[in-house]
Amino acid sequence: MAGLEFIGVRKTYPNGVQAIHGIDMAVADGEFVVIVGPSGCGKSTLLRMVAGLETVTEGEIRIGENRVNELEPADRNIAMVFQNYALYPHMSVFDNMAYGLRNRRTPRDEIARRVAEAAGTLQLEGLLDRRPGQLSGGQRQRVAMGRAIVREPEAFLFDEPLSNLDAKLRVQMRLEIKRLQRALGTTSLYVTHDQVEAMTLADRLIVMNAGVAEQVGRPLEIYDAPATLFVAGFIGSPAMNFLPGTVADDGSGANLDGVDRTLLVAPPASAGRGRIMVGIRPEHLEPVSREEAAMEVVVELVEALGADSLVHGLLADGGEGAAVTVRLDGARRVAAGEVLSLAVAPNHVHFFDPDDGKRLA
Amino acid sequence: MEKRVVFSKLGLPILLVAPQIVITLVFFIWPASQALYQSLLLEDAFGLRSQFVWLDNFIALFSDPHYLDSFARTVVFSAATAGLSLGVALFLAAMADRVLKGATAYRTLIVWPYAVAPAVAGVLWFFMFNPSIGVLAYLLKWLGYDWNHYLDGTDAMMLVILAASWKQVSYNFLFFLAGLQAIPRSLVEAAAIDGARPFKRFWTIIFPLLSPTAFFLLVVNIVYAFFDTFGIVHATTSGGPAQSTTILVYKVFSDGFIGLDLGGSAAQSVVLMAVVITLTVFQFRYIERKVAY
Repeated sequence: MAGLEFIGVRKTYPNGVQAIHGIDMAVADGEFVVIVGPSGCGKSTLLRMVAGLETVTEGEIRIGENRVNELEPADRNIAMVFQNYALYPHMSVFDNMAYGLRNRRTPRDEIARRVAEAAGTLQLEGLLDRRPGQLSGGQRQRVAMGRAIVREPEAFLFDEPLSNLDAKLRVQMRLEIKRLQRALGTTSLYVTHDQVEAMTLADRLIVMNAGVAEQVGRPLEIYDAPATLFVAGFIGSPAMNFLPGTVADDGSGANLDGVDRTLLVAPPASAGRGRIMVGIRPEHLEPVSREEAAMEVVVELVEALGADSLVHGLLADGGEGAAVTVRLDGARRVAAGEVLSLAVAPNHVHFFDPDDGKRLA
Repeated sequence: MEKRVVFSKLGLPILLVAPQIVITLVFFIWPASQALYQSLLLEDAFGLRSQFVWLDNFIALFSDPHYLDSFARTVVFSAATAGLSLGVALFLAAMADRVLKGATAYRTLIVWPYAVAPAVAGVLWFFMFNPSIGVLAYLLKWLGYDWNHYLDGTDAMMLVILAASWKQVSYNFLFFLAGLQAIPRSLVEAAAIDGARPFKRFWTIIFPLLSPTAFFLLVVNIVYAFFDTFGIVHATTSGGPAQSTTILVYKVFSDGFIGLDLGGSAAQSVVLMAVVITLTVFQFRYIERKVAY
């Protein structure tokens, strides 16, 4: 097993489109790293470059100590799980799993042993003679996993492996993947656009946007201190509220546009005295009495999820009517048209530079 | 669920299928039954009288060494034509599947020969291989092979096989290319990661997935070689030299219209009809069962 390293990796397609604008990072041996980002951000391209399915335009990718830029996919000793599973439809489940081993001239009894072992781990024992067409979505997903683990590769690459499953199965498989990766201790790179998957699976997270790694860090670090406006808006569901405002004259707070009282949380000194973007997560707003409130919101729409309710509203005295989302306890009943007085958890207010979107610290 | 439309009255559905039925009746059922009837008759040399002889024509046919020779020759010709045209088409399609620049132009050019009439295709190859003026014959002579399909039966056979295959390559190419493009790219990528080199990927992943297409084309090509190659043979060798390229469909013509053995010729076409029906039934039954994923 081995770690992975990206050194100034760039990708430009022949038509001039630049997909990856320089990625530098190292993945430790046995680490589970999730690359998350919206579609078209280059996350799959990056994964395919590690697999050897896309060429590297500039920079270097290393698996262990070896530069792999010029190696064929076959020689990189990695295994990949595809979004559509890419099972060989004309082969039995056994043959699907054994194919990679046969190509590497593994002895027959060794193949049988490894496939049986993987089938045991993945509860596929009874299905080894079936064709992929005779399996359910979850079973196919397991076969795809099995095909990866029998190879005992240096690293697993996952390309949105759960996005074709229904919601319940997805949660279940998510846990299984995590458990399996812990047990095997294989370095893994996992691409997804689903931030819940990203948060739950990752030891470390790479948030990508438009070919740039906006932030790399542990999931909760990123949640607690998003480095840019993009990351702040992408990680966390429902998304963070962004309220533009101006730093108060004495620097002790911020005057939010459309709110006639000062938010008494001091922005960092680096903010200066100009415009500022304030980010507050829906779960860090709390209903209080009018006197204690930092802002008031007119309720527009309530999504009751049971355990909690998502309240979508507009700032009560906002000229432009900035939208605000609040997460409330599910027991609390709120009706449309109601005015909610909200206080802010002072340790959970984020300040960003409105010009370059960077976090102010 | 299949959706079935139910007509309330009988008139409209009959009207809708009538054109097809009329065409089938006039151009297939009627001539076919005529041939069936004719194959049981013996006609005198001047075409004045005919006599009902039951299966005598068929018995004569299968005890005629010339006919059996022609049968064997047809099997060789069909196998070679189908094999050659399928092989070349598969190779071209596999290459075209990887072409990125000018792919459309390349494909269009390969499809062109299909638009050429069989007789014209025959004449084209006939000229290229003509022993006195042909480019290819000249080239072969330069390589030390004395090509002459006027005298050498093997050369003549190779000429008709070449001409017949050339025309069919386009058709096979189109189907193979469509088949190749229907194979998900991720399967090939998965195989690449699984350690299979391009050649191995082709034989263990791509070709098996292409086999339904290949099987369909095999039957179509055999039927083509059996029945649609009359024009090519007629334009190049006229069945010669010494009947070395007289395949069954050509023998029907030469025995019937030149030899004026109408009954025998009709019996031959009935045999051919039986062959094509067998092939078609075989294909439908087989395709429905085995080669589908």
